Amino acid sequence: MRLVSLPTAYMPLVDAAPLILAQEMGFAQSEGIALDLVPAPSWSSVRDMLAFGRVDAAHMLSPVPVAMAMGLGGVATSLAAVSVLSVNGNVVGVGRPLEERLRAAGHPFDFADPKAAASALAAVRDRPIVFGVPFPFSMHVALLDYWSRATALGADGIVIRTVPPPLMASALAAGDVDAFCVGEPWGSVAVEQGAGALLLPGTAIWQFAPEKVLAVRTDWAETEPDLLGRLMRAVWRAGRWLADPDARATAGEVLSRKAYLDVSPELIDRALSGHLTLSSRGENRQVARFIEFHHGTATFPWRSQAKWIAAQMAALHGADPTRTTGAARVFRADLHRMHLGAAGIDMPGASEKVEGSIRRATPVASAEGDLTLLPDAFFDGRIFDPARA
Amino acid sequence: MGETLTIVVVEEDRDRAIAIVDALKDSCACEVFVIGNASGLARRIAAHAPDIVLIDVDNPTRDMMEELTLASGPMERPVAMFVSGAAGGLAQAAIEAGVSAYVVDGLAPERIKPVMDTAIARFAMVRQMRNELAETRRALEERKVIDRAKGLLMKARGIDEDAAYALLRRTAMDQGRRVADVAEALVTASGLLG
Repeated sequence: MRLVSLPTAYMPLVDAAPLILAQEMGFAQSEGIALDLVPAPSWSSVRDMLAFGRVDAAHMLSPVPVAMAMGLGGVATSLAAVSVLSVNGNVVGVGRPLEERLRAAGHPFDFADPKAAASALAAVRDRPIVFGVPFPFSMHVALLDYWSRATALGADGIVIRTVPPPLMASALAAGDVDAFCVGEPWGSVAVEQGAGALLLPGTAIWQFAPEKVLAVRTDWAETEPDLLGRLMRAVWRAGRWLADPDARATAGEVLSRKAYLDVSPELIDRALSGHLTLSSRGENRQVARFIEFHHGTATFPWRSQAKWIAAQMAALHGADPTRTTGAARVFRADLHRMHLGAAGIDMPGASEKVEGSIRRATPVASAEGDLTLLPDAFFDGRIFDPARA
Repeated sequence: MGETLTIVVVEEDRDRAIAIVDALKDSCACEVFVIGNASGLARRIAAHAPDIVLIDVDNPTRDMMEELTLASGPMERPVAMFVSGAAGGLAQAAIEAGVSAYVVDGLAPERIKPVMDTAIARFAMVRQMRNELAETRRALEERKVIDRAKGLLMKARGIDEDAAYALLRRTAMDQGRRVADVAEALVTASGLLG
């Protein structure tokens, strides 16, 4: 069978794994497609390649399609987030000067308690702390903002600036940023370079944060339903494969190749295993569900997740709050159901949930009756009810 | 109309920047500033209050530009990536040529077009030269690997250079791979075997 080539853009990050492994492990081929994986130098470039038709699918920060639908940022093409590619996976870290001050003040670097970490930071700062993030429309920004507002840090106590992760170490050294929130492998790279120490995993702030999505142009999704279905199934199967601990060594080896992430498999394994090294002193922590590709119906694009993102973006950038409901529709729970449900993959009965309300693994109503949702609590115990958003 | 346009070009390479600036100055009444890939890029660009910002599509610092689209202070002028209506085709051509343009809100399309035409032509030329250079480098690298593989075969099998190359080529054809890839596999394997 002749394979249909599907140009797909991605940023070289650990959470691009479902796309890379879909191609490398033959899941794409089984669906009669070949992912022509195009690495991008920046998130703007990923978005433009997708918006202007250079590629048909992309690995994308979950808030980008939502922000575009709200009229934020430079480009306005309508995008559809058809699956969540990965849940969680970010780290918050500090540069050396802040690390030293925190240690001098007795902070234990337990990598677990957002409230204590915020109080410790607030106590040692002499001006607002500047955090570097990869992109203005990102889960990194949303998590930092949520965390600072609900703690001793305060919304005015931090400044968020865009710094491409490869330049983060030099921005820290130059004093342009004091701290950072990035995805892997960049947190571990910062630790290896001695540029800083890890303070919190993203999952300590929100236990089930949709991090990257599989995005396509809305019009393409309508004109190419067959190709879209094949792509979604291949990527979903790659995510299921990645969830098997036995797959980790192979996944790390493939991702580490020069053509993909070009960093050592050992560094990649830290994220895949959730066993992170926090600083050049060698402290280690095991983080449950540091990054999730499959379990807890991780790929399902909940409308309520998009509404939470939209509400955050509206609060941050002063966007029109009446546009948030429309913007949340870019998380295409309907297409997810249509293309994956038809393949016999179990789907939840609802398309929205009260975000933050699940405190322990919970069985829920589903098509096959065999679905469990995983904890999605926010660190401050608040809930987000999409019906009231 | 007739006012001077202010253009900022974000480009690290000095020679490339000069080529672009010269072309722009020949094509329009404009003042052109060049900024390297420094940190604090957004602030340094905003300080010039430009009408148009041009940046290489492949430049990783592009993501810093995105902050400019959010500028909301009283002294700041929001910019949008150049995509609107009639200009849509130009935007596509720009992306293909390897330049992305950020244009200040409300600037008339007829003022943007000459700048974009020039930028597209110049960036396309720069990109082609860069591709050719990369291609030349790659070809050189491959030739080195093929030479080493030939050397290994000549020594191991006691054959001459032509026979070694013929063997590499035949293997490549049999396996549906490139000669350079077969050579690389051989060099790697031989390194492992010691």
